[in-house]
Amino acid sequence: MIMVEGLDVTFGHGPSAVHAVKNASFTVAPGEAFGIVGESGSGKSTVLRALAGLNPAWTGSIVVAGEAQPPHRRRAFFKQVQMVFQDPYGSLHPRHTVDRILSEPVAIHGLGQSDRRIERALLEVGLGPAFRFRYPHQLSGGQRQRVAIARALILEPRILLLDEPTSALDVSVQAEVLNLLVRLRRERALTYVLVTHNLSVIAHMCGRLAVMNAGRIVEEMTVAQLRAATPREAYTRQLLRASLGYDRRAADQFETYD
Amino acid sequence: MAASGDPLLTVEDLWVRFPGRTRVVEAVRGISFAVGREKLGIVGESGSGKSVTGRSILRLIQPPGQVTARRLMFDGIDLARIDEAAMRDIRGRRISMVLQDPKFSLNPVMTVGRQIAEAYLIHHKAEPAEARRRALDMLAAVRIRNPERVFDLYPHEVSGGMGQRIMMAMMLIPDPDLMIADEPTSALDVTVQMQVLAILDDLVSKRGMGLIFISHDLNLVASFCDRVLIMYAGRIVEVCQAARLREARHPYTVGLLRSLPRIDEPVDELQVLQRDPAWLDAPAP
Repeated sequence: MIMVEGLDVTFGHGPSAVHAVKNASFTVAPGEAFGIVGESGSGKSTVLRALAGLNPAWTGSIVVAGEAQPPHRRRAFFKQVQMVFQDPYGSLHPRHTVDRILSEPVAIHGLGQSDRRIERALLEVGLGPAFRFRYPHQLSGGQRQRVAIARALILEPRILLLDEPTSALDVSVQAEVLNLLVRLRRERALTYVLVTHNLSVIAHMCGRLAVMNAGRIVEEMTVAQLRAATPREAYTRQLLRASLGYDRRAADQFETYD
Repeated sequence: MAASGDPLLTVEDLWVRFPGRTRVVEAVRGISFAVGREKLGIVGESGSGKSVTGRSILRLIQPPGQVTARRLMFDGIDLARIDEAAMRDIRGRRISMVLQDPKFSLNPVMTVGRQIAEAYLIHHKAEPAEARRRALDMLAAVRIRNPERVFDLYPHEVSGGMGQRIMMAMMLIPDPDLMIADEPTSALDVTVQMQVLAILDDLVSKRGMGLIFISHDLNLVASFCDRVLIMYAGRIVEVCQAARLREARHPYTVGLLRSLPRIDEPVDELQVLQRDPAWLDAPAP
């Protein structure tokens, strides 16, 4: 479904240029949930943004649903691929009602039957029709993220790109949103690419993952390997160790990997 | 531990209210607890009152917010009764506070070294050279590898993890008895978080400092602290030994723990927390 090969992203020019992603390659099968995990600055979100067409300055090749993608995507691409962002407080227009937020993609793609689509999308993410004419400030963080998911789903895409979809939410709300995402993927046979710093969220949501550090994919593995704590790379083992909770002795052994 | 010897801080029946146009928001509703020379965790979700609790101990709640307590005893001094001048002697020097994000807590137009030295000079009569030497020692104590170089950097020139260590150096230089850390590592990567926690851990054990560690992260608190208070809607619903958090009884604590995805225990569907209105007014444990 998705094939990324030799992806390179550089920001800036000359000596101050930042090489954010270095030669990243991975493939995602149809219906698979693929995770990308890494610490801040590892390039994980940059990979996702390049994939989503939000950052045209990349080299390498990106193939989605059998079609090689140019840096600037055509409209049909966004009908197939939609993205959910980290911050539900920032990703919804504060002065647009939920109705307007959801009707915009329908209008852009000329799908028609806007009313019926909006009602269905709201029901699918567990918000009733009562939410349709509210503004984002009248919603909780979890409800906003549901609206963002509804906005992505209203075009009936085949691929959902998720950038830290629950890291701004409380744990009890995170559970609701993760359950929703699991259910939607099952019902609609969606393909997910999920970027997060949280290994347990990836373990819950995905089947396979790539670990990124300093712009490179250092390791690709299955979630079964992650659960069995048998990563190949020292960096991944350290990340896993740190994710399991505080340990005074382990903290002394941490190294910086570049 | 608080159980042995006198507690450093005893809070009795603390209330924090914020009057609004139509109603009074009760952010903290009559909580009582004690902290000794230990690591006490306060855990809760957004709006549970955990940060407001930390701030009200230092009397940082601004009007129209109202703080009342039967007693706020710190080393024989009732913080609820003393005047603002006396409070200033305690704030920073004897009880200090580390906040979540160093980006917003450091002065952006002053080098970090001068900020740390200033924290020392405010509380001690000393020559600037002496303050500089102490600031450098403190930077080394929070494991900054090259203190001389870091001393002259501005906050925007340091990483998040280093910024948080600088904040800690500044808070520790007056040698406080009690530190209140409000989500001190939430903005940091997991590996950096562990290193920063190790520094805090060592300071508590070496200096015999008390630590109130406010966090939303149950697993982190369970592995880092000695004891944990779980707050819900302005009340403490449960108190337990951190190592035994997983044996918690209160349905809210149990619900929170079960709603967390775990690497070692896969589940098909995460349990969603069902809130019971009875929790709001249940008596404290």
